[in-house]
Amino acid sequence: MASSWQVLLAALPQLAEGLVFSVTLAAVSAIAGMLVGIPIALARISGARALSAVAWAYVTLFRCVPLLLVIFWFYLLMPLLAQRVIGARFPVPIGPVYSAFFTFMIFEAAYYSEIIRAGIQSVARGQYEAGRALCLSSVDLYRYVVLPQAIRRMLPILLTQTVILFQDTSLVYVLTLPDFVGVAARLGQREGQLPFFYILIAVVFFAISFALSRAVRQLELRGAAAAY
Amino acid sequence: MFDFSFLTAPASLSFGESNLELILSGWKASVLAFLAAMALALLLGIPVGVFRTVPRPGLLRRAAGCFVELFRNVPMLVQLFLWFFVLPELLPRSAGNWLKRDLPDPEFWTLAAALGFFMSARVAEIVRAGLQSLPRGQREASLAIGFREVHVYVLILLPQVLRIVFPPLTTEFANCFKATAIGLTIGYIELTQRTREISEQTFRTFEIFLVATLVYMLSIFTITMLLQAAERALRLPGLAPRTAGH
Repeated sequence: MASSWQVLLAALPQLAEGLVFSVTLAAVSAIAGMLVGIPIALARISGARALSAVAWAYVTLFRCVPLLLVIFWFYLLMPLLAQRVIGARFPVPIGPVYSAFFTFMIFEAAYYSEIIRAGIQSVARGQYEAGRALCLSSVDLYRYVVLPQAIRRMLPILLTQTVILFQDTSLVYVLTLPDFVGVAARLGQREGQLPFFYILIAVVFFAISFALSRAVRQLELRGAAAAY
Repeated sequence: MFDFSFLTAPASLSFGESNLELILSGWKASVLAFLAAMALALLLGIPVGVFRTVPRPGLLRRAAGCFVELFRNVPMLVQLFLWFFVLPELLPRSAGNWLKRDLPDPEFWTLAAALGFFMSARVAEIVRAGLQSLPRGQREASLAIGFREVHVYVLILLPQVLRIVFPPLTTEFANCFKATAIGLTIGYIELTQRTREISEQTFRTFEIFLVATLVYMLSIFTITMLLQAAERALRLPGLAPRTAGH
């Protein structure tokens, strides 16, 4: 039987592809999730009552259910929904890959929107009042006074959430995708080296998450220094 | 368009239980895993959080730091697999065999241990942040009037900190309940797994997922309300926690 290291060497290209898939999933859904999260955050802090109620319901719904349940939701329900929308006779196959990207974008948007909302609301009232007293227009008030402060405050938290998102991409394992955990676990099973490959998965995730969270902490310290 | 009558109908592949009863048994399994994991998380997390703040840097503080980084930076699912598939192989043969063959309810205990350790790192970080948010004078005054280091923590600092950490801790309790869903990957039959099974057998996918979503929401609301009630009951006059975001 080949040693674990020989197996690993032969499997490197596949593992790399799996890792690229997981990182892409995390990066794409982080960017898309933030883009979807911005209007939700704005809706929540807008004065319009109906609008903010809808945004609140969205956020509360996704923050109360496990990501795994949502992964199955979309995987099982999107084909049925698509069938109904376009009036097809059979459920429309969407496939686990698109389903995963869509799920993460929609799910993470709820979390990102809360961080964005908290960031905007953390800017002291006096800043708004001072801006108004200087006769800044609403656009200028946000552009030059509120957002620069809010973004500096929310950036580390948005990035921390993205590290969590990267770790959570491991859950797409349940859809049998070509993601890092899925690829490595299947290789381990095939080669009879399951423990070795699971430890490998843990080491790789640890290295990436640890490096990223260190970088976020540096950014946070620099932001705190710049604020004074 | 929607038909919920399948909920009271006897489930296929069951001993006369209805689908609703199956969902509730899944919920009960989730609750049990949540309680066991959270008990372990508090038991481990509070001391680790304390050790991270001990004044002199040393082995204890460094070990606590490593513990937190280790359990925070590996995905929960991967940690569960390590406990379930890898740990029995690494232990001495007799202990490994006991884990694999003789441990009753192996899925439950493995899930509780994995989730407990995973959550304990988060609890530790909350406790550490709470301890560091207290004014330095609290510690200094206690030392000045002759308390020993242990007593400073046990009698002065922790009683204050364990009150102010309730809001962030509530979020982690909710996270822990949701995280029990990963149990399905090692064959622990909890709420999400029951939902999938019923959906496969009845094809009432939309309805059963709606029910499961509501059960999760109600559970999270209940956990949040209970902890808020506990926080109010334990609150000391003049020491109310700053209203932290949920």
